[in-house]
Amino acid sequence: MDNLMIEALTLALLTLLAVTGLAIARLRNLFAAAMLTGLFSLLSASVFMALDAVDVAFTEASVGAGITTVLMLGALALTRGREKTVTKMRTAQALVVTGVTGAALVYATLDMPHFGQPDTPVQQHPLRAHYLEASEKEIHIPNAVTSVLASYRGYDTLGEVTVIFTAGIGVFVLLGTARRRRR
Amino acid sequence: MTEHTILRVVAKLTIPFILLFALYVQFHGEYGPGGGFQAGVIFAAGIILYTLIFGLDEARRVIPPWAVRALISGGVLIYAGTGVACMLLGGDFLDYNVLAHKPAHGQHLGIILVELGVGVTVTGGMIGIFFVFAGRGRRRQGTVG
Repeated sequence: MDNLMIEALTLALLTLLAVTGLAIARLRNLFAAAMLTGLFSLLSASVFMALDAVDVAFTEASVGAGITTVLMLGALALTRGREKTVTKMRTAQALVVTGVTGAALVYATLDMPHFGQPDTPVQQHPLRAHYLEASEKEIHIPNAVTSVLASYRGYDTLGEVTVIFTAGIGVFVLLGTARRRRR
Repeated sequence: MTEHTILRVVAKLTIPFILLFALYVQFHGEYGPGGGFQAGVIFAAGIILYTLIFGLDEARRVIPPWAVRALISGGVLIYAGTGVACMLLGGDFLDYNVLAHKPAHGQHLGIILVELGVGVTVTGGMIGIFFVFAGRGRRRQGTVG
């Protein structure tokens, strides 16, 4: 019964996601489109929540629905509020490109294991069992996600922090202080 | 947006709670969902809300550009510094076991430190990117008008 409810909830959320995506594609008002991308992120966060990926849902809600929407609106303030109308020819070209890319992505998902399938490499790799069972003993913290991110995979997270650092510095160099000095 | 009294009052009431929630997410990440990344984003969201309500100049007085740069590079330094400290204490890079007398305590300390590094860098990065975007719009309006 519980499982069925989760299934129904996920299905409803995915339908809403598709509807929001179509609405974003059809809208010419960029302000409304930017707000809808925020809604899209919030819906994705709900899907992650329904799939029990709480940490991912948290990140999606704060970054996708929060910061990204604000940055979109900030970028929108620098340009016009309405999308320029394009010719039918260009619309057709764009449709072909997105159609082919989308078909390739769907084709790629056919190779993916079903949700919760037990005999996948992720589920069967000995490290997974080790992380889940030994993290309580070795690290003494209940959230295995944190112990994997911060301790077992500390190198990777250091890399991620360096990526954020590089991105920030890059934006400063391109748009910030350097530009002001030149003027 | 200086004349919107309700917005200003509501923002003033909620911003402390947003910042406090960010700190909770930061230091409770071992027990619940969340961690440095989410905490940094929420903290930055609080500052961004402040900027939206009270203006960029006021926000830049609270967090000047040099502070943003210090945050964004300081976090990476805290993270990598924790790794170097582990090496100096005789362990491997980012091997927190040697940080305290008991390995488990060392792990706790190490995780808190690196998560702090993540949080600080993410806070600085998000605030900095937003400030740069907002400042750009204003300058362009200035040249047009």
